[in-house]
Amino acid sequence: MHFWKSNRRFAWLWGTLIGITFIGIGIMQNQFALIWRKAVMICMECIGIG
Amino acid sequence: MKKLRLIVQLIFTIFTNGYAYGFLNGKIYQGSFKYACVPGLNCYSCPGAIASCPIGALQALLNQRGFKIPFGALGFFFIFGSIFGRFVCGWLCPFGLVQDLLHKIPFPNKRKRLPMHNILKYGKYAVLIFLVCIGSMILFGGFAKIPAFCKYLCPSGTLFGAIPLISANESLRSQIGGLFFWKLGILFFILILSIKVYRPFCQYLCPLGAIYGWFNRFSLVQIYHEKEQCISCMACEKACPVALSLSEISTSPECIRCGRCVAACGKGCLHFSGRGNFVIEKVEKNPDIR
Repeated sequence: MHFWKSNRRFAWLWGTLIGITFIGIGIMQNQFALIWRKAVMICMECIGIG
Repeated sequence: MKKLRLIVQLIFTIFTNGYAYGFLNGKIYQGSFKYACVPGLNCYSCPGAIASCPIGALQALLNQRGFKIPFGALGFFFIFGSIFGRFVCGWLCPFGLVQDLLHKIPFPNKRKRLPMHNILKYGKYAVLIFLVCIGSMILFGGFAKIPAFCKYLCPSGTLFGAIPLISANESLRSQIGGLFFWKLGILFFILILSIKVYRPFCQYLCPLGAIYGWFNRFSLVQIYHEKEQCISCMACEKACPVALSLSEISTSPECIRCGRCVAACGKGCLHFSGRGNFVIEKVEKNPDIR
């Protein structure tokens, strides 16, 4: 609790570091290839056809 | 401040949707930038989009066979949210820009909020949980899971993706069916409502706003209040387009950090800053100031 209170001002930094870690894990799990594959084809659901 | 925000919104929208070839030929960009997500709600099927939509990316990962934590999309949410919070909604979202522009159209009895705002504001959390998350994991179309939010609700996809693509691509035009008209109806309803109510989609339905709102309390970018100089005239509260009180400005999940309160403050005691967490203390209106 004390740690959290004293570091509250830098919570954004912890959040950013968690984000970078998550992106690292995402890269290792090949999740960005899946995002890319979805994004480079016309998404029929998004345009209300599929 | 208003002009600056409009310029930033326009530049960011043009920059992130700058693939002009796509608009001319009814095709979409297929380069490497699409490995990354933009911060705002920007359909990746927009012919001009050079990067991915974060909600679309989240759903694509949730649509995988079995369940895997969507670390790739969550990473972007944590980074954008921790740095900007809902500043993204106010300054960097293309669909927010469209609603801002529509709200400038003169109309009698404009409103900041819809009636029953205190209940309706939870709609965006319901959309996030039931359509984006649960819907994407359990709804099936044929043998594949479907991105339920994109398919049944997202007006950004209809406006930036469907309309320009279908206008320029004849083979897509021939496939239009009931679903397209359902989404077109939702888009028009939201756009028309935007003329009367300030950003109804952002306030009540946007799952991205629900996510970034959670970061508002501790994001790097905040609006600071210097209490010593404040004369409690509450000009900031009057200027707030989403009707927040001074104690809610910046830290409330509803604050989109548009900066109107900053511009309205005659004493200059509200300002943008990047110093991390700061909670504004409750201030009562000064009875001597009308």
